[in-house]
Amino acid sequence: MIAITDAFKDHKAFIPFITVGDPDLATTEAIVKAAADNGADLIELGIPFSDPTAEGPVIMDADLVALEAGTTTDKVFELTKKLREDGITVPFVYMTYANVVFSYGTEKFAKRAQDAGVQGVILPDVPYEEKGDFDPIFSQYGIDLISMIAPTSEDRITRIAREAKGFIYVVSSLGVTGTRAKITTDIAAMTELVRAAADVPCAVGFGISTPEQAREMAAKSDGAIVGSAIIRLIAEHGRNAAGPVGAYVKAMADAVHGIK
Amino acid sequence: MSDSKGRFGIHGGQYIPETLMNAVIELDEAYTKYSKDPKFQAELRDLFNNYAGRPSLLYYAEKMTKDLGGAKIYLKREDLNHTGAHKINNCLGQALLAKKMGKTRLIAETGAGQHGVATATVAALLGMECVIFMGKVDMERQALNVYKMRLLGADVVPVTTGTGTLKDAVSQCMREWTSRIDDTHYCLGSCMGPHPFPTIVRDFQSVISKEIKEQMLEKEGSLPDAVIACVGGGSNAIGSFYNFIENEDVQLIGCEAAGRGIETKETAATINTGRPGIFHGMKSYFCQDEYGQIAPVYSISAGLDYPGIGPEHAYLHDLGRAQYVGITDEEAVEAFEYLSRTEGIIPAIESSHALAYAMKLAPTMDQDKIIVVTISGRGDKDCKAIARYRGQAIVD
Repeated sequence: MIAITDAFKDHKAFIPFITVGDPDLATTEAIVKAAADNGADLIELGIPFSDPTAEGPVIMDADLVALEAGTTTDKVFELTKKLREDGITVPFVYMTYANVVFSYGTEKFAKRAQDAGVQGVILPDVPYEEKGDFDPIFSQYGIDLISMIAPTSEDRITRIAREAKGFIYVVSSLGVTGTRAKITTDIAAMTELVRAAADVPCAVGFGISTPEQAREMAAKSDGAIVGSAIIRLIAEHGRNAAGPVGAYVKAMADAVHGIK
Repeated sequence: MSDSKGRFGIHGGQYIPETLMNAVIELDEAYTKYSKDPKFQAELRDLFNNYAGRPSLLYYAEKMTKDLGGAKIYLKREDLNHTGAHKINNCLGQALLAKKMGKTRLIAETGAGQHGVATATVAALLGMECVIFMGKVDMERQALNVYKMRLLGADVVPVTTGTGTLKDAVSQCMREWTSRIDDTHYCLGSCMGPHPFPTIVRDFQSVISKEIKEQMLEKEGSLPDAVIACVGGGSNAIGSFYNFIENEDVQLIGCEAAGRGIETKETAATINTGRPGIFHGMKSYFCQDEYGQIAPVYSISAGLDYPGIGPEHAYLHDLGRAQYVGITDEEAVEAFEYLSRTEGIIPAIESSHALAYAMKLAPTMDQDKIIVVTISGRGDKDCKAIARYRGQAIVD
């Protein structure tokens, strides 16, 4: 059985994000395999959405490219299943928006995600107050709804952490996804609040692009998540992106895994 | 376990990133406090009466009534408000609230530009910084309003993502708000988005139905038989309906933009062509494909060109309390021309959707029946586009 906790077992985790279907499904397959082979501890697979309100321009564009290429939720399930059949054992977490799941039918979505071999789902537009629509159904199918905390969460962190499953996605900065020169939030203070409330790993995302940033963020938590920097590599190399993404993942994973 | 707030039946809620949650909670608490504060209400009433020009007229459209030969038609003249639309009601309320909360900067989305102009106006009046997000397509359709907003001191930021229309402007505003919350209030323009916005906007707009009720009782000694308003997100409609919801004999009719027809893909008629979904912070009805991708909707009217509808309307629809009908571009343009010719009133193309339905309904009703149509805004901004629609070019 593959579990999200596998990702954090031996060392700090490096978690790449990949929009499924950008630029096409065959390329995504090659990229995911390259990421898994080069040390990714958990992979976030983005199911594209037409209007991703938590994303910056890089991932927004990737979503549109994927949709224009004909990517659908069903095709994402099929590709995920194929990756499992091909022997990829790294934990998978889908990252998408509430309407993609709700519109598909939450139970049908959970069932197919489980069947495809997915361990969790991140829905950035579903805060603690609204998780009742999804969490109980996901649980029945062994899928963890991943909770997020943000620099503005403050007094909410304890409550969120107590009910968190899988890992906690720590949003590093205000604003949307995208690379940042500097992250000024006191990440350590946030993860301390989580640790005081629950025994759940924390991975930091939003704004990380360099090995130095990943090392710094993972040192203050249990892992680092990188999205836009990878999506930018894919935009640059198109159908030949698997090689460059693999090399990037290796550099980032090495940086994160080296932390004692 | 979860504690979902702001529900209208199954609709509503707060489907937004965690980053914004404390901001909407803070807003909810402030609104709960100030909505009960007589001093706040007095200040707002003063702005309504002495700045916006309320109460707006309830005008008996005698020529139109006689021409159509059925129910008596009254027009609720929100077009006569300062800035030329109902939008000012909500902006005055929200900006005053934001100011009490210590915010110094307003951001807002706009479709036709009416909400942007109203926000920029109120920001100028109250001495607040103002940034308006507007779809690039809409900026071209409504260039005069872009000029007005800038004249009033606002920054107007073009939104080029997606279809470059209202929905993309809302998304961009939400993104902007997540990056700057401390000093910034998102002055949402319609009865949509996450709780408490649908309730706040409805409350500030409900002055429309409060006045209609008082004015009807004064003029006719009875309530109207039907109240008709156009619906995009639905703020002028919920404002026109709200105080009549309890009067079950009063028919409530929302007019959606059918664009080129509800059987085509070029439509923005959410209730007629959409299905339940979760988007822009709320559960409601949305135009979307089988996988929940939001549809690129279309209407001649930039203000109704939105793929969703406020959650309270979704609930009124579910209950059968209000009915939602589709009006095509062609029908709206005919109504636009008809009212101009018949009553000497040039209505907004948005409001023309409501008028178009009144023109169909009135002849089917007895002469002792009464219809109230909300003219949500004035039509000056639309003249160029309608001329183009009719194959004439207006050159400045």
